[in-house]
Amino acid sequence: MIYADNAATTKMSEGAIATMVSTINETYGNPSSLYEFGQKAKEVLENAREVVAAQIGAEPREILFTSGGSEADNQAILSAAKLGEKDGKKHIISTAFEHHAVLHTLEKLKKEGFEITLLDVHENGIVLPEEVDAAIREDTCLVTIMYANNEIGTIQPIKEIGAVCRRKKVLFHTDAVQAIGHVKIDVNEQNIDMLSASAHKFHGPKGVGFLYAKKGIRLSNLIEGGAQERGKRAGTENVPGIAATATALQEVVADIDKNREHLVPIRDKIIAGLKEIPHSALNGDAERRLPSNINFCFEGIEGESLLLLLDDKGIAASSGSACTSGSLDPSHVLLAIGRVHDVAHGSLRLSLGEDVTDEDADYIIKSVKEVVEYLRGFSPVWRNLVAGKIPFIL
Amino acid sequence: MALYSEKVMDHFRNPRNVGVIEDADGVGEVGNAKCGDIMKMYLKIDDDVITDVKFETFGCGSAIASSSMATELIKGKPVSEARQLTNQAVVEALDGLPAHKLHCSVLAQEAIEAALTDYEQKKEKS
Repeated sequence: MIYADNAATTKMSEGAIATMVSTINETYGNPSSLYEFGQKAKEVLENAREVVAAQIGAEPREILFTSGGSEADNQAILSAAKLGEKDGKKHIISTAFEHHAVLHTLEKLKKEGFEITLLDVHENGIVLPEEVDAAIREDTCLVTIMYANNEIGTIQPIKEIGAVCRRKKVLFHTDAVQAIGHVKIDVNEQNIDMLSASAHKFHGPKGVGFLYAKKGIRLSNLIEGGAQERGKRAGTENVPGIAATATALQEVVADIDKNREHLVPIRDKIIAGLKEIPHSALNGDAERRLPSNINFCFEGIEGESLLLLLDDKGIAASSGSACTSGSLDPSHVLLAIGRVHDVAHGSLRLSLGEDVTDEDADYIIKSVKEVVEYLRGFSPVWRNLVAGKIPFIL
Repeated sequence: MALYSEKVMDHFRNPRNVGVIEDADGVGEVGNAKCGDIMKMYLKIDDDVITDVKFETFGCGSAIASSSMATELIKGKPVSEARQLTNQAVVEALDGLPAHKLHCSVLAQEAIEAALTDYEQKKEKS
């Protein structure tokens, strides 16, 4: 099988598994217990915090471990909203193509009287810092913009957006779930106040993530209880998961350059190969995108049937069609970059793993071409397009 | 557990009666590309009996399987019997569909109804 859905989740690395197993076996004490065996677990936890912090240029005390990226997004946004509300600032800026962990949290705040501005992400899926600048008002308490998009992989000008926020003295949060481990992140150099991450996207375990919050930002709790995580996240820490997260992150960050050099040519080869399919289009900027991400729309076909047939050929991928999203609408990300419903249903996302080979790329190109051609062969939409009864969009 | 039953996957992978009937006696098209499902049915009818049926579908796996199964269920049947086809019969013949995919079977039923109506209207005119 070629697993090309690494933006959904990744395989845990051998190092992360080894750390997890040894921690489960040898350090199962509660970090809050005062005896030596508990303190050993505390040491593992704090070592992990140091390692994680170092990968993004943060201080250990600025890292708060959570259950994943969604929790980190929720806590960052709700904390900033609470801080803003105290000063009478109830305006938040974000984008139309954020992850639902961000968008749904913003919708909740909207019901509580916050005003939300969702910036345009343009046809190439990239936010302009000057548009962030123009959108900031006296009562803006937060700008939250994802580092890299989860569907189309476009990388945002985070450092520049952060600079705008610093200048205007507005908190800046970035959902870096898809970016971390693929792109070099330094929170200070890139002007980031808060950042969310999820371990299972970088070969760590599921159920673990973290929130970086710059020293001095007062976080609000989502979970009340004990004094874990400096009192900001109650509940006994997932020590084995957190330790494995640190191992996984250290490994991927060390390999960023090596992985990029390996992945970019393969990514671009697949993009070039799929472009040969008539009436298809790459979604998102061709250059400023994650080394692992390929996202296409194919006119005249529907994404779910494409995925099922690729699955039969041993390729695991993803689509933004309504049928795969579980709603009547196709992906909000594809709609945000201006794709109309008719073509957004026919989308394919391939998110490559670092172990992908050049032969895999050839096989993927060949398979996608075959399946698209086959499905178009009995698509009434394709027939109408070819007959000129309806105009081609792509 | 798999997303779909073996039957659904069989009809999705090897759809029956795929294609077009150029001189069809009845043609029906339902759905729209905006919603992500379009089905088109072509009927050849002799003496009020469906002698041939073909379909084209733009849609998900269950839409393709539902179209395929629906054509099997009406092929060789009198028009009056085909009129009685319910989406439930399509679902049962496919060994079930996930709840959020039931609309695909409804679409198949509607496509056949539309094709039959087209046939009856053409018959009235002539």
